[in-house]
Amino acid sequence: MFEFLLKRLAQIVPTLIFVSMLIFGLQQLLPGDPAKILAGEEQDPTVIAYLRTKLHLDEPLPVRYAYWVGGVLQGDLGESVRTQQPVLELVLQKLPVTLQLATMAMTIALVIGIPAGIASAVGRGTVWDTVANVFALWGISTPNFWLGILLILLFSVQLGWLPASGYVSPFDDLGANLASMIMPAFVLGNAIAGVLMRHTRSAMLQVLSSDYVRTARAKGLREPAVVLKHALRNALTPVITLGALELGTLLSGAVLTEQVFTIPGFGKLIVDSVFNRDYAVVQGVVLVTATAYITLNLLADLAYFLANPRLRA
Amino acid sequence: MKKMPSRTLLAALLLTASAATQAQALRVGLAEDPDVLDPTLARTFVGRLVFAALCDKLVDVDEKLTIVPQLALSWAWSTDNKALTMKLRPGVKFHDGEPLDAAAVKFNLERHKTLPGSNRRGELAPLASVDVVDPLTVRLNLSAPFSPLLATLADRAGMMVSPKAAQAAGDKFGSKPVCSGPFKFVERVAQDRMVFERFDGYWNKAAVHFDKITYTPIPDATVRLANLKSGQLDFIERVASSDIEKLKSDKKLKTASITEIGYQGITINIAKSDRAKQNPLGRDARVREAFELSLDRQGLAQVVMDNEAQVGNQWVAPSNTFYAKNMPVPKRDVARARALLKEAGVPNPSFTLVTPTTSDAQRLALVVQAMTRDAGFDVKIQAAEFATSLNMADKGDFEAYVLAWSGRADPDGNTFSFHACKQPLNYSGYCSAETDALLNQARTLRDVAERRKVYEQVAAQVLKERPVIYLYHRNWLWAYNAKLSGVQQIPDGLLRVTGLKLAP
Repeated sequence: MFEFLLKRLAQIVPTLIFVSMLIFGLQQLLPGDPAKILAGEEQDPTVIAYLRTKLHLDEPLPVRYAYWVGGVLQGDLGESVRTQQPVLELVLQKLPVTLQLATMAMTIALVIGIPAGIASAVGRGTVWDTVANVFALWGISTPNFWLGILLILLFSVQLGWLPASGYVSPFDDLGANLASMIMPAFVLGNAIAGVLMRHTRSAMLQVLSSDYVRTARAKGLREPAVVLKHALRNALTPVITLGALELGTLLSGAVLTEQVFTIPGFGKLIVDSVFNRDYAVVQGVVLVTATAYITLNLLADLAYFLANPRLRA
Repeated sequence: MKKMPSRTLLAALLLTASAATQAQALRVGLAEDPDVLDPTLARTFVGRLVFAALCDKLVDVDEKLTIVPQLALSWAWSTDNKALTMKLRPGVKFHDGEPLDAAAVKFNLERHKTLPGSNRRGELAPLASVDVVDPLTVRLNLSAPFSPLLATLADRAGMMVSPKAAQAAGDKFGSKPVCSGPFKFVERVAQDRMVFERFDGYWNKAAVHFDKITYTPIPDATVRLANLKSGQLDFIERVASSDIEKLKSDKKLKTASITEIGYQGITINIAKSDRAKQNPLGRDARVREAFELSLDRQGLAQVVMDNEAQVGNQWVAPSNTFYAKNMPVPKRDVARARALLKEAGVPNPSFTLVTPTTSDAQRLALVVQAMTRDAGFDVKIQAAEFATSLNMADKGDFEAYVLAWSGRADPDGNTFSFHACKQPLNYSGYCSAETDALLNQARTLRDVAERRKVYEQVAAQVLKERPVIYLYHRNWLWAYNAKLSGVQQIPDGLLRVTGLKLAP
């Protein structure tokens, strides 16, 4: 166990080094001169020259990489050239928002997707099946920004029940926080629910036709017990894997949804920073997200390890 | 039964109380997230919108672009036009309680000139030194006469920050700015909000009717409008021109439409690089004239801007004092355009028009393509993300480029950097000793009529060569809660927050 953990931890270091090089290298492929973008409307040549020196743009790539990594190792992610805010502060401002949105969206997706998948598999060929499939198709094929704008028009402009956009911290006002997050979480969750429903359905169909389920039924078990206790547990394995992947994607930010609802999360920050060529911010945020991804992966591996005795041998 | 009236009363009281608290905050929706909030380093238009609440300037402009007092009460030029003496408003304090006096003004102007990365250095280039005459009088000494100076001081170069706070914060000042405007900085969450609260020591306190002001960047115009309609915001800037007609019939909202001081145009590479010589548009002025004659500006404004623009052919709008009347807006004349192309020996010139990726610019390019086809032009459109297009423009790697300018109050700010030789924004490569002399002469004159005459000569020179084909001047479109009063419509497109009041 300890050895396994040590091995996995040792693998993190080269992975992170590779990721940091990748982030740094890929950014250099972006067209345009960051100093010019940051110099604004006036394009004053002295300002451009100053920014070039400040950002070390005159130095060779490896030197610039060393500057950045040197800072990161000392806990300094640099600062946004556009707003002068430290990147670490930006990340800490946005991390809780992204975490909350991802958790809420995932909860909505699970609450809708899995029961719908079960109902559709159990009632295969019935009206329920059709309804659930239509719902899944709708969820998968509806563009997030379009659904978002429609929800705003209905619930904020017409009915006036929910705020159109913006974010309130749960520590300031929990009610207002939930009111501001429910629509974006639903938009994101709705899309994932469709995917989860389709996977739950096909996994359930497979399991329901297996021998042990027939045995359970033959024993005289009641149908709900057969479906929920015996079949579902086995059918969920692929669904959990998929759900974890979707959660990872949510954590790296949901650009369009954040844009429509003006939720200040990672997605909006990265996209805006790429367009403004605010390299330090892009590097910092991607590094943090990548670290989170790798950590989640490690935790998942540990969970498998604990859950499946065969791996321990 | 008896309890009913008291309950109603309580409810009524609560309602009034909540209405009163709400009326104390003004919520503004912005189209973008501003850059650094340091007047010396700031670079964006949207940042200027926010500064209007935070940082007072030495002088301001009014609806007619006349210079009016703000922190300076009066000013006088020396006879040789090389010194400007300004009398400051007494008793003005910065947000940290420090006095705003002549020494503070000197500190600020010197900071603009010397802080590394300052974007004001170019604007204040002719400023040689600043003298403190007495605690409330400063003298700005120039190396050469420079009449646009006052207009420059009505923008970020005239914004004063607390010397004590600036010295303490160094180049981090922008993360917690300390100025002398009606509101002081509380917090900023990038891409989410900027919160300012009323400054109790403000010199014009009586004109401030809000306790708090919040700026929220919402880039999507539809979402910005939805927030206004649902009552989340009191004021939004840059409404989509396609929405404005519908809004005019909405009784809960008011709209404002103000012609900008900037312009929308097409910059043509006439001498910036070798590409200018490789295509007929850059090579031959007759082809450029034919190109202009094949355009119907009113049609462009109608299709692209839903008529929310004033057509024009110069760097200032026809309604501006400095518009050169000797060069009126040419009418569309396809026959003449065809004749010119025949004369130039290129009946079907082909070139590429680079456009930014915004929907307005793309629409503009499509309409231009369709209009000029009638005269025989074959225009290819190339959309390029802003960073890329800026690089292409700077290297001269383009033939024609759809480019807008946010504008400055003085015509010098719309001409010099674009048409004088080797200036940073001169992407066309236009260079003429005669025009340079005229542009420099205009800087030395203070009399409006005399300056206008010089600009008429500049127009005659430049518009004949067509380094830029000016198309129209967009309207700043605002929408706001109908209960909001005191909205000043100033052509720089910046919302002044003093005098604004929200009726209960």
